[in-house]
Amino acid sequence: MSKGAHLHNIATKNLRTEEMVLNMGPQHPSTHGVLRLELLVDGEIVVDVIPHIGYLHRCFEKHAEQMLNYQQIIPYVDRMDYVASMTNEFAFVTAAEKLFNIQVPERVEYIRVIMAELQRIASHLIAVGTYGIDIGAFTPFLYCFRDREKILDLFEMTSGARLLYNYMCIGGLYHDLPNGFIEKAKEFCQYFRKQLKDFNDLLTYNEIFINRTANVGILPVDVGINYACSGPMLRGSGVDWDLRRDDPYSIYHKLEWEVCVAKGEVGKIGDCWNRHFVRVREMEQSILIIEQALAQLPEGDVKSAIPKRIRPLPAEIYVRTEAPRGELGFYIVSDNSTSPYRVKARSSAFVNLSVIAEIARGAMLADMVAIIGSIDIVLGEVDR
Amino acid sequence: MITPQEVFDILQSKFGEKILELQLQTHNPFIKISSDGLLEIAQFLRDDERFQFDYLSCLSGMDYEKTLGVVYHLFSMKKKHKIVIKVEVSKENPIIPSVEKIWKTANWHEREAYDLFGIIFSEHPDLRRILLPYDWEGHPLRKDYQVPEYYNGMKVPY
Repeated sequence: MSKGAHLHNIATKNLRTEEMVLNMGPQHPSTHGVLRLELLVDGEIVVDVIPHIGYLHRCFEKHAEQMLNYQQIIPYVDRMDYVASMTNEFAFVTAAEKLFNIQVPERVEYIRVIMAELQRIASHLIAVGTYGIDIGAFTPFLYCFRDREKILDLFEMTSGARLLYNYMCIGGLYHDLPNGFIEKAKEFCQYFRKQLKDFNDLLTYNEIFINRTANVGILPVDVGINYACSGPMLRGSGVDWDLRRDDPYSIYHKLEWEVCVAKGEVGKIGDCWNRHFVRVREMEQSILIIEQALAQLPEGDVKSAIPKRIRPLPAEIYVRTEAPRGELGFYIVSDNSTSPYRVKARSSAFVNLSVIAEIARGAMLADMVAIIGSIDIVLGEVDR
Repeated sequence: MITPQEVFDILQSKFGEKILELQLQTHNPFIKISSDGLLEIAQFLRDDERFQFDYLSCLSGMDYEKTLGVVYHLFSMKKKHKIVIKVEVSKENPIIPSVEKIWKTANWHEREAYDLFGIIFSEHPDLRRILLPYDWEGHPLRKDYQVPEYYNGMKVPY
């Protein structure tokens, strides 16, 4: 034993150690919004995590009950997951249409799918871009936001808004596609496919990134299912599960694409790297879906099925859709009045976040940031 | 795959009068059960070979004016079938056994239902408010909820 190590041993032998409570957030750049984590740490090791949420609670469910009619709820739905508004709207209108037995024209379904998949790419770009920042890679973030900007331009062309679109409504869409949209969208698909390769070289296979994310925060399959995780979170653990294919809605069954499941090329299945890589691969599949939908887009009137007035009967429905973060479900109960009796939003980020203590226990404190980022939460959706 | 009718028949033969009602004339067929049998029925639904409802999709609190209730949307990842279970309790004594031990995901959902409806889940490991501040009074999603004029002694301007 060297003299230094010997002295070190003497010094630490009589040291008193105890667990410490460390507060992370709510104003912390890598909590992706206002999330507060109470960390119980033993030195650098995380012993337990107690998440505190609700800072962004805006009573969505109460508001929905107070609205004069169902169409008025859509802007509120937009604001739940504010980086993926299109898929939120998609989920809500799909649920409401099934509840009221409204058949929408095929063109509407195709446009919705195009928008939802564009939104999925935009949302995943934020997820992987900010994930890079969490880990300490700044450049990929700029690449992601540059490409996301092109998608927002497409949305702006269509709906007039860049973030909160209020574009879909029960029975149809508020506007048809503008002139030139299809060409621009095709152009984007071609452009973006090349970017993905660059992006993988820059971040996904970057050695520092791999060291920070591989084998960190492993979510076992049985725990994931027991906690009802969904989306890239569950697929990252190797579960072949996607609601677009397994509980089909809209026109997804007519399109050809594959569900991206983690294979563990790097690290172990279920770790942060694999969750990240599922998202990256999903963007490629979304491009495939968009291209097919653009090619098959039928003619039609997008407003023909919008009901002038919705006269509900007492009924209830639970519809779940695959949002970028996983299963986004709406449980709607109607009565004879024009406003819903009860709307429950089953938010994917809320449920995915609840598993955090399970996967963070035993991790290093610095890995907490990698773990939170890999869950990809949006606090607007967690708190509703 | 198993139909809701079959689920109902199996449950009824095993649990008898704790299984109250089957409703098929709806978008998602549901089975009403009494709250005192919930825990063993839930355990049975998850573990029995024929059901394997391992995935609790959604747990929603409900206010049915006269009673409170909880709705469980269950799904089986292995067998790909679904069922909806409903439980009702009186407003005076809204106690429902927690299913947190069976489906961990219920932990936060139940905290939310407690927070917004005031349903008390017995044997829940950590029944605190989750979305509202800890010192909030009342349960806002109840139909008879009155918006408070004061919060911590401060007048709330509307």
